Amino acid sequence: MKSPKVVTSAAAGIVVLGLGLSACGGGDDDGGNGGGSGKFDAGSTAVVNASDHKGGVLKMAQPDDFESLDPANIYYAYGLNFVRIFSRTLMTYASKPGAEGSKMVPDLAEAPGTPSDGSKTWTYKLKRGIKYEDGTEVKAKDIKYAVARTFDRSVLHNGPSYFPQLLAADGYKGPFKDKNLDSFKAVETPDDYTVVFKLKAPFSEFDQVVGFSGQTAPVQQAKDTGVRYGMHPISTGPYKLQGDYTPKKGGTWVRNTNWDPATDPNRKQLPDKIEVQAGLKAEEIDSRLQNGSVQIDLPGSGVQAAARQQILTNPKLKANADNPLAGFHWYVPINTKNIPNLECRKAIVYAADRSAMYRAYGGEVGGQVSTSIQPPAVAGREQGTDYYTKADPNYTGDPAQAKAALAKCGKPNGFSTTMIFRSDRPKEKATAEALKQSLDKVGIKLELKGYPSGTYTNEQLGAPKFVAKEKVGLGTYGWAPDWNTGYGYLQPISDGKAIVDTGNANPEELDDPTINKMWNDVVSIQDPAGRAKVYNEIDAKIREQAAILPNVYAKSLLYRPTNLTNVYFHAGYGMYDYANLGVTG
Amino acid sequence: MVAFIVRRLLGAVGLLLIISAVTFAIFFLVPRAAGVTSDDIAGRFAGKQPDAATLAAIKDRFGFDDPVPVQYGKFLKAIVVGDTYDTGTEKIHCPAPCLGYSFRTNQSVTDQIVDRAPITFMIAIGAAVLWVIVGVSIGVLSALRRGTIFDRAAMGIALAGVSLPVFFTGLLSLAFVVHRWNLLPEVNYEGLSDNPFNLILPWICLAFLYAALYARLTRAGMLETMNEDYIRTARAKGLPEKTVVFKHGLRATLTPIMTVFGLDIGLLLGGAIITEKTFSIPGLGQLALDGVNQSDLPVVLGATMVAALFIVLANLVVDILYGVVDPRVRHS
Repeated sequence: MKSPKVVTSAAAGIVVLGLGLSACGGGDDDGGNGGGSGKFDAGSTAVVNASDHKGGVLKMAQPDDFESLDPANIYYAYGLNFVRIFSRTLMTYASKPGAEGSKMVPDLAEAPGTPSDGSKTWTYKLKRGIKYEDGTEVKAKDIKYAVARTFDRSVLHNGPSYFPQLLAADGYKGPFKDKNLDSFKAVETPDDYTVVFKLKAPFSEFDQVVGFSGQTAPVQQAKDTGVRYGMHPISTGPYKLQGDYTPKKGGTWVRNTNWDPATDPNRKQLPDKIEVQAGLKAEEIDSRLQNGSVQIDLPGSGVQAAARQQILTNPKLKANADNPLAGFHWYVPINTKNIPNLECRKAIVYAADRSAMYRAYGGEVGGQVSTSIQPPAVAGREQGTDYYTKADPNYTGDPAQAKAALAKCGKPNGFSTTMIFRSDRPKEKATAEALKQSLDKVGIKLELKGYPSGTYTNEQLGAPKFVAKEKVGLGTYGWAPDWNTGYGYLQPISDGKAIVDTGNANPEELDDPTINKMWNDVVSIQDPAGRAKVYNEIDAKIREQAAILPNVYAKSLLYRPTNLTNVYFHAGYGMYDYANLGVTG
Repeated sequence: MVAFIVRRLLGAVGLLLIISAVTFAIFFLVPRAAGVTSDDIAGRFAGKQPDAATLAAIKDRFGFDDPVPVQYGKFLKAIVVGDTYDTGTEKIHCPAPCLGYSFRTNQSVTDQIVDRAPITFMIAIGAAVLWVIVGVSIGVLSALRRGTIFDRAAMGIALAGVSLPVFFTGLLSLAFVVHRWNLLPEVNYEGLSDNPFNLILPWICLAFLYAALYARLTRAGMLETMNEDYIRTARAKGLPEKTVVFKHGLRATLTPIMTVFGLDIGLLLGGAIITEKTFSIPGLGQLALDGVNQSDLPVVLGATMVAALFIVLANLVVDILYGVVDPRVRHS
C-alpha cells in the first residue's frame, strides 16, 4: 500500500513530466463585463472580470473536506468563507478587495454592536424581514439559540470557543443537555429584533467575535439536528443545499428564493448552482482549474508545486494568477523554557541567515521577508524595528554579534538544542536546514527532527510536555489570525494564559508578566487606534525577548480560470471571496 | 460441500476477530505505548487551541478515557447487537451489524461502506474483465507462438506493465489523454447512477498492471501444459487444435491463475486504494485512507474488516470453482 505522501510526490513529478510546457487554458482577460483586467496579480487588490451575468454552474473542489458545514462548528478560514453562501451572521467581513476586506460590517444586524457597561454588554438590533429558506423570519431567539449551542463542546468541538470563554453564562452546559433556553442568561432577547450579550469582562473587539466565524448564524431550535446539522444547515443566504451534503463526496447548492439581496450588500446570487466536490486530488484540481472545468480550489492556499512551475513560466497562465500575501507569517518560535537566557536567544536571531530562509520559502513568489510579528494585513500594524536581524532578502546574519551574545550568555563556544519541523513540508525542512547551517558557524548545534504535519501542531510543537521532554529549542511554525487585528493575531501566540496542553499556539511558551498585563488591559480600550498602539508595543516586546525569529509573510499563488467572474483576493479570509463569484460560458 | 462452506465461514469469523483486534491495537495501543495521551487524541478532533473543557468533552463523547478492552468490547457488541448514537438532539439506533459512527463525519460507518462498496466493485470488476480477457488471451497466444516477434513484444509490454504502478500510468494518462488531448472526459464517478464508462481510464490503467501479470502467468502455465503427455495424446487422437488448446491446455493452466485471481479481486474489492486515490474516486480505498489520515478509528476498523471479508469470500469462491474447472479436485 502506498502512502498518500508517496502518491502526492509521484503526482507532482508526473504532472511536471506530463504537462511540461503544455498551455492549457488561456490568458484572455475579457471574460467579464468590465472590471479589472486579467493581469498577473490583478486580483490581489481589485475585482477581476466584474460581471452581473447570472446563470451557469460554479464548480468548487477540495482534496479533503470541510471539518463540518455547521457554521458554528468550523474554524478553517476556507470553510468560514464558503458557508457565507448560505449563512448570515450578525456581523461579517466586508466583501471588498484590499484592506477593506478585513473590516467587520453589519450582516443580520442593522449596525455594529453598541457597547455599554464598559464594553461588558453588547447590543445588536436585527434587520427586519430576513428569512430562512423555508420562508420563516429570523428572530433574535434563533441567534440566542445559535450562541447557546456553542457551549456544548462535545457536540460542536471544531469551532472557536470565544463565547464560552467570554460570556457570563455561569456554568451553562448548552441546549443539548438543558433544553430550556431560559437557563442561558448570557444572551438576552428583550424583543424579536434585539440581541444583548452579557460578558464576564470588558472586551472591545466583540464585533470581530460575532463576525469572524459562523457562530451567530441563526438556528431554529426545532430544526436543529445536533452533530448532524452540518449535513443540512438551513439557509439564510443566497443559496440553499439541495438534499443533504455527503461528507467526503460533496453537495449542490441552488438559489434560495427567500433571500432578499436588498438586505445583503455582501453577497451575490449569480450562478444557478454551486457544486462542491470533495476528495479530488490537489494536482487534479490544478489541471481542472486550468481547463476551466473547476473554478475554485476551495482550500485557497494556492496551486501545487507542478502547477506553480507551469504558471510562472507561461505568460498566458501567469496572466490568470494572483500572488497575494496570504495572511500567514511563517516564523521560528524560540522556546523560552528550554533556552531561558535572553542573550542565547539573541545569538540565534543574530546568526540566522535570513536570505537562505527566505529562499527556502520560494523567494519573491513565496513570501516577503518579515519584520514585525504581525503580518501586513493586520489593521494598524506597524512595520517595526528589526531587532537583532534585518528584513533584507540578502541579509545572511551577523556572526560577530551572535558570538558576542553567546559570550554574554555564558556559552562562548555555543550550545546544542533541537529544532523540529514538519517533515512532509519541503519548505520547512529547507528552512530548518538553512538555520542549522548558519547557526553552526557560531557554534550553536541544531539537531533536526521531522514530524508529520498531521500531529505536529497538536502533539509535538504544540504540546509543552513534548517540548520539555525532547528539549525542543526551535521549530518551524506559521500563524494566521482569527481576525485581522493585533488581538486576533498576537494574543494566542504571546499571552501566557493562552498556553494549552495540546494545540498550543504559543510554542515559545512566552509567559511574560508585562505582556500578560498588557493583554488584560488592552481589551478595555475602546478606540481601535489606541488598541493598535498597544498591539504594536507587544509585537516589539516579543521581538525584544527574541522569542520569535521572524521569517517570511507567506504569499500564495492562486489561479483564476477565465470563466470565473467577480474574482478578488479577500484579506479577511486570505483567499478569493467565495460569496460573490459568478461564471460565464 | 455445505460443510466445507460452513467451516470456511466460521474460520472467516475467527479471522475477522483477529484482524479487528490487531487493527484496534495498532491504532490504540501502539500510539499510547509511544506516549500519545488521550488529550492528544482528543486534540485531533478539536479546533485551534482547544481548552481543557473542550478536550474533556471530546474524550467523554468518544470514550477515549475508557480502558482499551472496554472500547474494543463496545465495538464488538455493536456488531452483534447494534448501537445507539446520540446526535445531541436525538438518539439514533444503528442496527447490527453496526460498525460504529465516524468520529469526523458523524455518519454510520456501515452506511458509508454500503455507499462506497458499489464504486469499488465497479472499478474492480470492470478492470478484472479487461485484464482476464486481455491477459489470458495474450498469454495463450504468446505460448502458442513462442519465440516469435509477437511473443517477444507481448512479454516486453507485459514486463513494462508489471513494472509501472497505477499512480504512474494513471497520472500520465490523466495529464495527456484527459487534460492535454481531451480524448476522454474527466474521471467523475460517485455512484451507480453515474455512467460506468467514466471509469474507462481507471479500468485500463488497473488492467494494464494486472493483465501483464496474467499474460506472463498464462504463458508460463501454457508452455508447461502443452508439453504434457496428455496433450500429445489428445493431438494423437485427432482432436482439433482449438479443443486441444482450450479444453485440455488452458483448462489445466487456469487453476493457478484462479488462485491468484481470487486474491487479486478480493484485495481490490476491499479498496483499490492507489487507483481510487490517483483518479479521485470515492471508493472503499479512499474511505480507508481518509480514516487513517484523520485518526478516524471506526472508519479504519470498518473498512479493514470489510476488506478482509472480501478476501476471505473471494478465496472461498475460488476454492469452490476449483472443482468446476479441475475434475481432479472435484473427485478428491
